[in-house]
Amino acid sequence: MTAAIPARRRGTARWVGYLPYLVPGVLAFALVIGYPLVMNVYISLFKWKGGLAPMRWYGLGNYADLLTDDAFWTSFRNSVSMIVAMVIVPTLIGLVLAAVLFDYLGRRFGTRVAAVLRATYYLPQILPVAVAGVVWNWILNAQDGAVNVILTNLGVTEPPDWLGNPVLAMPSVMLVLIWVQIGYPVVIFMAALQRVDPELYEAAELDGAGWWSRFRAITLPQIKPETFVVTLTCTVAALKVFAPVYVLTRGGPEGSTLVPSYYSFLNFFDKSKVGYGAAVATVLTLVIIAVAATILLFQTRSERREREGL
Amino acid sequence: MTAATALREEARTSAPSRVDGRHRRGTGRWVVLALAVLFGLAMLVPFVIMAVNAFKSPQDYSQNGPLSLPTQLYTTGLVNFWTRTDFPLKLWNSIFISGLVALFGTGLSLLSAYALGIGRVKGRTWIIALFLVANMLPQEAIIYPLFTMANAVGLSNSQWSVIIIFTVIQAAFGTYLLASVLSTFPSELLEAAALDGAGRFRTLWSVVYPIMRPTLGVLMVFFFIWTWNEFFIPLVMLTSNATQTVPIALSSLQGDRMMDAPTTNAGALVSLLPALIFFLIFQRTLTRGVTAGSVK
Repeated sequence: MTAAIPARRRGTARWVGYLPYLVPGVLAFALVIGYPLVMNVYISLFKWKGGLAPMRWYGLGNYADLLTDDAFWTSFRNSVSMIVAMVIVPTLIGLVLAAVLFDYLGRRFGTRVAAVLRATYYLPQILPVAVAGVVWNWILNAQDGAVNVILTNLGVTEPPDWLGNPVLAMPSVMLVLIWVQIGYPVVIFMAALQRVDPELYEAAELDGAGWWSRFRAITLPQIKPETFVVTLTCTVAALKVFAPVYVLTRGGPEGSTLVPSYYSFLNFFDKSKVGYGAAVATVLTLVIIAVAATILLFQTRSERREREGL
Repeated sequence: MTAATALREEARTSAPSRVDGRHRRGTGRWVVLALAVLFGLAMLVPFVIMAVNAFKSPQDYSQNGPLSLPTQLYTTGLVNFWTRTDFPLKLWNSIFISGLVALFGTGLSLLSAYALGIGRVKGRTWIIALFLVANMLPQEAIIYPLFTMANAVGLSNSQWSVIIIFTVIQAAFGTYLLASVLSTFPSELLEAAALDGAGRFRTLWSVVYPIMRPTLGVLMVFFFIWTWNEFFIPLVMLTSNATQTVPIALSSLQGDRMMDAPTTNAGALVSLLPALIFFLIFQRTLTRGVTAGSVK
């Protein structure tokens, strides 16, 4: 492991001399992330209105209350929809788009065409997501939103309230999130494909393999590591999602788009139930760590299987 | 190898369709291109609608709808938004916060990564793992203590609280990335520096830093954009008009009565322009960098 064996050893190990360089990072980390994280768990054991109000010991009471709180369960159910919109759909579409751009259009129309299309798909990713949300909020607005003005002009008398109807709000939010998210897997997968030996594709084409069989036999297995990375990062992002919900629906109507992060924010700064909000945030943290660990475990297993398969 | 066998298998079974495919190739590729372009246009529609309606008067909008081009250039919406939010101030706030975070975050990442990647400090795997986990944490799990801490030290509604927090959050990722890059740093260079009598700081400053400059540049661009786009922590920490960033300023006007279609769209347009310009300038760096760290 130690690549550079020290020429001069003076009793102490070589690495000790590097410790001063680690001190600022570790101290700052402990102060800004470590300590607040522990404090948050501590706060979650109290009933507290925040600020100078007295903290009343409540033990695990907040967590017990969560179990019977419908809004809490709804928020995590909605997280599943967020995973569909931010992980599953973009990854599937992204795989196909990346393969089409790289292996089909890139070959027939040149890499420039592929690069321009890729940039187009990626564009929503560079916007502040809050700005994208504000635009979509207007596009989907019930009264003077772009979609409904078009529908009215087409003769629809009662166009739907996309973000204000409890049945439609979630699908609308999901659509926006898919739009925001799709460029990320496309860019990652296309970069991954550049890593793949082109001879594999050429040999396959000579053998007469069509696009679909090349996709299944070469593209998918070759970019498996990136697929795991995309799945992991996007799933974590989906569980943490806040800004789009804040600017699109504020969790409404009737809690139909409530997500855990927004629910904890609501308890902290709106309902002044700080202890309760801290408990929600703690549960969310644990869920994220558990989900991430599961995905990583799955990845290690699959890698091991592959090595043994060879 | 398994892929190759599977391939031959596939090739055999799908042989008939191949002929078909070859046959249609001439026109088929245009169909695929048209579909891909169509998908791209669909992605662009919100941008186009926004740009068109930013300069359309409310009367024009209600008469001709969102899809027509404006009959005349209407700038009241833009002026409304600009003066109402004091946009130049918001722009400066965003640049100030994101710029300093990019600078400090990259510096802090380099220091820690130097100790972890080159110094190979004991327990480094655990430290890096810890930093990675920190990256996954929801910001809600640290926000309330941070909020009270900032109040306690007199940094309530201060941009410095946001700068400090994001410096650490971004550096957690940067350290992970740089440490893995630095662990493959050519050892001959380090040995040569040691032979020349260079100490640890000298080696960092005149050997490691010059070679790492391109990577550090990518990292800075990333930290800048990520911080620029952040929403939750600035929303909580920056409570007054004087300190807020661009995304917060735009979203805080939601539901306001003066926010008609042109004002909303003009506001969104000028709010995303900096990000867009930045993207165009650094496009090459970014597309190279977005994949950095995705595979070790």
